[in-house]
Amino acid sequence: MRAVVLGIGNIILSDEGVGVRAVEAFEQRYRLPEDILAIDGGTSSMELIDELSDLDFLLVFDTIVAGKPPGTVVRLAGEEVPAFFRRKLSPHQISLSDLLASLEFLGQAPKDIVVLGVQPVTLELGMDLTEPVAARVPELVDMAVAEFAARGVQLAPHSAKAA
Amino acid sequence: MSKRVTIDPITRIEGHLRIDVDVDGGHVNKAWSSGQMWRGVELILLGRDPRDAWAITQRICGVCTTVHAITSVRAVENALQMEVPLNAQYIRNLIILAHAVHDHIVHFYHLSALDWVDVTSALKADPDKTASLAESLSSWHLNGKHEMRKTAERLKNFVNGGQLGIFTNGYWGHPAMKLPPEVNLLAVAHYLQALEVQRKANKIVSILGSKTPHIQNVAVGGVANPIATDSQTVLTVERLMAIKGYIDELADFVKNVYLVDVAAVGAFYPEWTKIGAGVTNYLAVPDLPLDTKGTKFALPGGFIEGGNVGSYKPISKFGDEYWAKGVEESVKHSWYDYSKAAPLHPYKGETKPNYTDFKDDAKYSWLKSPTFYGKVAQVGPLARVLNMYAAGHEPTKKYATKTLETVSALAKTNVGLDAMHSTIGRHAARAISCAVQVDMLDDMWGKLVHNIGSGDTKTYNKPVFPKGEVMGVGFHEAPRGALSHWVVIDDGKIKNYQCVVPSTWNACPRNEKDEAGPYEASLMHTPIADAEKPLEVLRTIHSFDPCIACAIHLTDAENDTAISVKAV
Repeated sequence: MRAVVLGIGNIILSDEGVGVRAVEAFEQRYRLPEDILAIDGGTSSMELIDELSDLDFLLVFDTIVAGKPPGTVVRLAGEEVPAFFRRKLSPHQISLSDLLASLEFLGQAPKDIVVLGVQPVTLELGMDLTEPVAARVPELVDMAVAEFAARGVQLAPHSAKAA
Repeated sequence: MSKRVTIDPITRIEGHLRIDVDVDGGHVNKAWSSGQMWRGVELILLGRDPRDAWAITQRICGVCTTVHAITSVRAVENALQMEVPLNAQYIRNLIILAHAVHDHIVHFYHLSALDWVDVTSALKADPDKTASLAESLSSWHLNGKHEMRKTAERLKNFVNGGQLGIFTNGYWGHPAMKLPPEVNLLAVAHYLQALEVQRKANKIVSILGSKTPHIQNVAVGGVANPIATDSQTVLTVERLMAIKGYIDELADFVKNVYLVDVAAVGAFYPEWTKIGAGVTNYLAVPDLPLDTKGTKFALPGGFIEGGNVGSYKPISKFGDEYWAKGVEESVKHSWYDYSKAAPLHPYKGETKPNYTDFKDDAKYSWLKSPTFYGKVAQVGPLARVLNMYAAGHEPTKKYATKTLETVSALAKTNVGLDAMHSTIGRHAARAISCAVQVDMLDDMWGKLVHNIGSGDTKTYNKPVFPKGEVMGVGFHEAPRGALSHWVVIDDGKIKNYQCVVPSTWNACPRNEKDEAGPYEASLMHTPIADAEKPLEVLRTIHSFDPCIACAIHLTDAENDTAISVKAV
């Protein structure tokens, strides 16, 4: 299975960076086989087209502004995903939605997409996540691992001894 | 009676830009450009180690990550009066060029072509006729019947599948759309091909920058790429050869497709060579340093006033006083306060927000308003090409002449350099610039290989921070134009940091003298066929390649930001 775990968001806007922080944590905790790539996508778009082409599975970590209590973890899948990017709940979805549209047109769109995100406390300028959002990062990683398990891929943590 | 039209936000760009125009008698007679997000990255940098600034500034924007990284290290190097090893200059130059070529291709085909190309009209095209037309224009290998039939089929399935809606805000069937069906289909075919080709440019950035989209290899004093021709983990002969292969593929596309398509669009929209000029003071900085000190450049830069290439005055080295002393920013019409009511030099720049409502005659934007020796200036590919042309840069003259000849032949009329001061001229200039840059990629690759071959493997000089205060400016001719970072360092820590970005120059509000910025001025007198569908405004604004994520920052995500065109 060709898969990408993509963290998107802006790390200089406090909780906006949760997607990037989650993908970093994911990579630190788990050993990834060659066909699963973890990418810190920041807020870029077209630069990612090569990596996101012809995927069996795309898992996105992102900030999700969904009117839920701050720190709430949200999972979107299937039909909700394009709607999520179109309705601009994510502050940088203009670019990712265009990228997915382009892949669709090329006939190379990911076959399966899941978005895991957290409702932010604040998107103010700052390099750190707020406490309630930072506390959810391990949970996001666990959820991602479960998504892979549900698709028949068991991810192994980096050896505990090496830590 | 004039009618107010608000477009908020302008789509297909990074960042949140609002444009307001007053339309009277079918023409724009007043315009405002407003950045709707607050910028404050400078504040994050205060007190930090200057060697870390590049990694933070490359997070300002998702489109121009490498651009800010490189400008930031140049600013610190300028403050420390450092030299940068030749290999590092060449590697940075290759990253700069690959990024620029990528950016220009994506801008034309994926972010602005839909302003001119009607996808629904392409459905009516005869693929075989499209192929004959394409083959008469260029020898590109993917212009044949098979390719055009395949494109028509794919487009039909796509539209029938109800998926056209994923292209945000296409103005299908708008009266200002004038390309014949075959040209529309050709553009769609090249749109798809461009999606494939742009990947090659990005691969070059990945190989040299160690990672994409955020490069890892830049350092104050050079680059972190070890060079060893016999090791697998560093910059090897194999990797260099892979880069060369990508360069050749890009060059083929840029010269045989991109340049030709821009000329064809220009020829079908001749009225757009007379619309959209606006500010004709053009500012560009030199780039692609060819020596360790930054006194010789492959691409010249300077300042042209009033559209007169004869007035060209060069900027000739990193930290050039002509450049460094000329820049000021006003906040008279921006949502900031300065401690005195006058423009400030970036070294003295302040970032104190003061939001009022949108006030037509007072403050209405989060962007500051920069000037060069008190004059408003346009930056970007048009400014770059005209300055390089004025400097007598041969490759620029060659591609500019060739493009104007192609347009003239297709339009069956003589189109001269004056046509460049326009909306379509900005697209043409971007393609000309891209052709020059793709040749420079090849040239720079040769220089790097030759230098390594001569036994030089040095890529880094260690920076040393003195006690006390030093200041420096780094500039870079980024895809969207002159970018500068200004840093004040005190005892090795950042004391002040200001970014004066290309879209600040172009998208700025009125300045201290209440003169309109380039976006605003370019919209004056633009004909508007239908105030409910102001496609003409988008054409001109998109021609600048707006990207204001770095000019300003922070978005109100709770708002429904779906485009609202308000005509009141």
